[in-house]
Amino acid sequence: MFLFTEGGHSIPVVDPLGTAGVFSLMWLVIALPLAGAAVLLLGGRRTDSWGHYLGTAMPIGSFAISVYMLLDLLGRDETERSVSQHLWDWVSVGDFRVGMDLLVDPLTILFLLLITGVGSLIHVYSIGYMSHDPRRRRFFGYLNLFVAAMLMLVMSENYLGLFLGWEGVGLASYLLIGFWQHKPSAAAAAKKAFVINRVGDIGMSLAIAMFFVTFGSTSFTVISQGAGEAGDGALTAIGLLLLLGACGKSAQVPLQAWLLDAMEGPTPVSALIHAATMVTAGVYLITRSNFIFELAPHAQTAVVVVGTVTLLWGAVIGCAKDDIKKALAGSTMSQIGYMVLAAGLGVYGYAFAIFHLLTHGFFKANMFLGAGSVMHGMDDDVDMRHYGALRKAMPVTFATFAMGYLAIIGFPGFSGFWSKDHIIEAALVESPIAGVCALLGAGVTGFYMTRLMLMTFFGEKRWLKDVHPHESPSVMTVPLMVLAALSVLGGVLFIGHWIVDWLSPVVGEAPEHALPIPALALTAITVVVVAAGVAVAWLLFGRRPVPATMPIDVSPVIKAARADLYGDAINEGLVVQPGRVLTSGVVGFDHSGADGLVRGGASVVAGAGQGLRKLQNGFVRSYALSVLSGVLIVIVTLAVVNL
Amino acid sequence: MSDFPWLTVMLLVPLAGAALVPVVGAALARQVGLVFSLVTLGVGVAVAAQYHASDGMQFTETYDWISAFGVHYALGVDGLGLLMVLLTAVLVPIVIAASWKDADEGEAGYGALDGNGQGGSAGFIAWTLALEALSLAVFLATDVFLFYIVFEATLIPAYFLIGGFGRAGRSAAAVKFLLFQLAGGLVLLGGVIGLYVVSAQQGAPSYLLSDLMSLDIGTTAGRVLFVTFFVAFAIKAPLFPVHTWLADTTEKATPGTSVLLVCVLDKIGTFGMLRFCLGIFPEASQWATPVVIALALVSIVYGALLAIGQDDLLRLIGLTSLSHFGFIVLGIFVFSSQGGTGAVLYMVNHGLGTAALFLLAGYAIKRRGTASIAAMGGQEKLTPVLAGLMLVAGLATLGLPGLSTFVSEFLVIISAFQYHWFVGAVAVTGIVLAAIYVLWMYQRTMTGPTPEALADPALPSSRDVSVREIAAVAPLVAALVFLGFYPTPLLDAANPYIGDLMSHVGVTDAPPDVTAPAAGHAEEAH
Repeated sequence: MFLFTEGGHSIPVVDPLGTAGVFSLMWLVIALPLAGAAVLLLGGRRTDSWGHYLGTAMPIGSFAISVYMLLDLLGRDETERSVSQHLWDWVSVGDFRVGMDLLVDPLTILFLLLITGVGSLIHVYSIGYMSHDPRRRRFFGYLNLFVAAMLMLVMSENYLGLFLGWEGVGLASYLLIGFWQHKPSAAAAAKKAFVINRVGDIGMSLAIAMFFVTFGSTSFTVISQGAGEAGDGALTAIGLLLLLGACGKSAQVPLQAWLLDAMEGPTPVSALIHAATMVTAGVYLITRSNFIFELAPHAQTAVVVVGTVTLLWGAVIGCAKDDIKKALAGSTMSQIGYMVLAAGLGVYGYAFAIFHLLTHGFFKANMFLGAGSVMHGMDDDVDMRHYGALRKAMPVTFATFAMGYLAIIGFPGFSGFWSKDHIIEAALVESPIAGVCALLGAGVTGFYMTRLMLMTFFGEKRWLKDVHPHESPSVMTVPLMVLAALSVLGGVLFIGHWIVDWLSPVVGEAPEHALPIPALALTAITVVVVAAGVAVAWLLFGRRPVPATMPIDVSPVIKAARADLYGDAINEGLVVQPGRVLTSGVVGFDHSGADGLVRGGASVVAGAGQGLRKLQNGFVRSYALSVLSGVLIVIVTLAVVNL
Repeated sequence: MSDFPWLTVMLLVPLAGAALVPVVGAALARQVGLVFSLVTLGVGVAVAAQYHASDGMQFTETYDWISAFGVHYALGVDGLGLLMVLLTAVLVPIVIAASWKDADEGEAGYGALDGNGQGGSAGFIAWTLALEALSLAVFLATDVFLFYIVFEATLIPAYFLIGGFGRAGRSAAAVKFLLFQLAGGLVLLGGVIGLYVVSAQQGAPSYLLSDLMSLDIGTTAGRVLFVTFFVAFAIKAPLFPVHTWLADTTEKATPGTSVLLVCVLDKIGTFGMLRFCLGIFPEASQWATPVVIALALVSIVYGALLAIGQDDLLRLIGLTSLSHFGFIVLGIFVFSSQGGTGAVLYMVNHGLGTAALFLLAGYAIKRRGTASIAAMGGQEKLTPVLAGLMLVAGLATLGLPGLSTFVSEFLVIISAFQYHWFVGAVAVTGIVLAAIYVLWMYQRTMTGPTPEALADPALPSSRDVSVREIAAVAPLVAALVFLGFYPTPLLDAANPYIGDLMSHVGVTDAPPDVTAPAAGHAEEAH
């Protein structure tokens, strides 16, 4: 159903049906991993021996239900593919009512399949990857908690429930980044991620407050149906506040600094949370709130700017990192920048944002798990300068990683080719500067990914002594193979414009827009730009031997990129240091100022220091008498007044 | 409703316990104390079971006391009172259980830090029960004069609990506490006398709350009297700038005492603001709103910054409460259903969360023999269960969704935003600062490498929480989670109370800017 029209196209409203059939089980999708987390975290050592199997079974169960729901949705009419379930009243005060309400629609179901599908594969992989860790059971408990929270995030029918999931994934991310708590760097990274995300939460909290003031509700249904009546200022403010929230969770500039540190967590965590799912929550938020952003063009412009800046920012960082996980993290930041950019293009971009989100989920999870497999064989060394020539030692890891590589650089036919190409195309039409930046970014992507590939799998051995790389066990390589297949074939979602048509009941149908040049020519240009990036990387890292230690004498650009473009330095100078000064100032003031003032006042009342001391001593012993005399005063006064 | 004097019984049970404990002596003090506090909780539950949410003040008992002055022995319980009574009745047995000095486990006891004044002894139990009885009386009194007397009387057990048990320097802290509270009490006394004057001028004097609420006090007199009440309650709560007793007290007292002070006794401040400031002086309360909101906002930010800068674990937790009381006062004085209900829920949830945090911090301090955050660290590896519980309590303090504290904080923030966007924007910075003070504290105390000197598993620092210690805090943690997902039991008590109060004050909620047309499937579904 289309309720209102804006700028030549219709904006759909959220208008779900009641539950029936398999949809009455939608709560189970969340409840299964939540129960898994509860059993594993409360059960203690009793569950050590079988905990990882239970933990793996739970997301697989959720995946099965999600597939069932997808099949049901596929058989339905386009207007009936939105279903909601009311579980219980959560917060009801006055006329403000928020329920624990769930929603499954064409957008949510794609996320359910990604989260539970890729999530299950990563659980399986973790059985092998974490097998030597004495706290593996706890790890699976946290992973299950994450999956449950992420599912809550995408299944809630209102912004408050979304925020519950939003903070839940933040908590799981905190616990998992800091999983190896005894390392101070891990503990600090976990706290940093949470605190920076809390800055984003200011945006989320105030956006929810604005929903309350403007619509008296946080329900997607109510807000989407009333958005046309709201004032432009309110809509723009809501859009910008939601963008702030998205910047935190999706590591977009200026709240990007936590993601690289987050690589302190075990590698399956980086694959699941910091590549495939949680960090894409900002893209989900913007796409889900299309009924706000479509009516707030200024906010959309801000989204495009943030996405464009971040896609370049992350790509530049990815070029200079020798730590394989941090290079991939820079890449993730950049790829999410593409998604945010696409979401900022409104109805022209939502479907491609989600398309790229899914394919990125496949190929980036694949490559992170591949990096984990490499680390597994290299005694947890992450420095690519100590790698080289691993393609023979780890043939399966190499082959699957290569599929992810070809997908991310956009090799024709691979999944990333389809999804990225359309973002560049849409951006060039709607926002040419962003489009050119996106094209440039594709070239940089080709460069840093080729560099990573060459340094890890090709060239000479630069292994440290006593390192004997070996292929990982099949519990780890089978998930890699599945993800590699998805990285290759993810493009099938676009056959016959399927994903665009599928999402149109949620995000709307884009009007035709004319390309400045033929689409095929644009694709050719993109491929040439990527090829140029690949070629430069080959010249620098393929043709010449890679130094086993990091060159010190490098250009300022590389130095800046190695320092994450000074993101931490900026935070340190603008926020942390002033904050420290402010805090110690307040503590000092409280001691000498506020307390001194009150103490001084008390002294005056008591007749200066000596008297005070006497008063204190005397008072203490005869306090009961004081109360009594107080009562006496009252009674005397009352008597006087009465007379 | 039966004529059985439930409320008087609820006061007499802990009072009897307080009298009995010194008689039975140290050997049985804890057991007797626990039994009496649990019986009190049982009476509280019985009252809650018979309570009708929509009936306003109930279980009333009214007897003339000093009829010439209109003073009554009058008790009653409404939605606010019920929640405060239950919070008190729940926390006291938990404090007794958590402060249990268990000789078999060889625990040094918190007070052993200076070799003196241990929690869990007969004196501690007796004063705790006395404080419980008087606090319950405060929450149940429906006569202002009776309220004043028990309000002041709570200071006696509180003083002895602070001064008698805890760390070195506790005597000075107790005196500081006493002087602040006494100053507040004297100001309040002026207000109480003033109320009599006004009441007497308009006919027969009466201190009954119901009579005072319908009294026409007059604008000027109302405002003057409001200030006396508000100042006393602001010191009690505490609010900036009369908060400086708080940190010293929580630093020196035992964690159990701090729970009683911060989670129960301080609630009298915000309880008094709702019941007496808004109830008796509705016009003056709205007149004072801008100043009060400014003080609340300063408290939120200032308290959080102070907490970030602390090295003493207990001092830090005490100062987080300054920030939290800022939120509660803010919720009260934005005058809306959501703000008022949010404030009432905040009072309960803060009690649960902060109590858990104080007690768990006490467990950790007992194990490490220091309260200095800089001197701790690496505890997670030694005692993972303690660390996990500490993290949950910390997350409750920072208002994580899924824990009950979030519901109340969120209600206060959205209604503050509705009052004025700027007020909401300042208040919301509290959530970032809370994340910093909680997680930084957790990072420095629990994570990181374990000091070599503590590697020996026989050391007390390596012993994870005992069954008794878990049993004491588990109900709090369970309540935080349950009420986070299902706050309806609290809302059922708070909503009708706040609804009545708002209509008494004469405020109606602002409608939303847009009222969406109900259309399409949504209509069919309902």
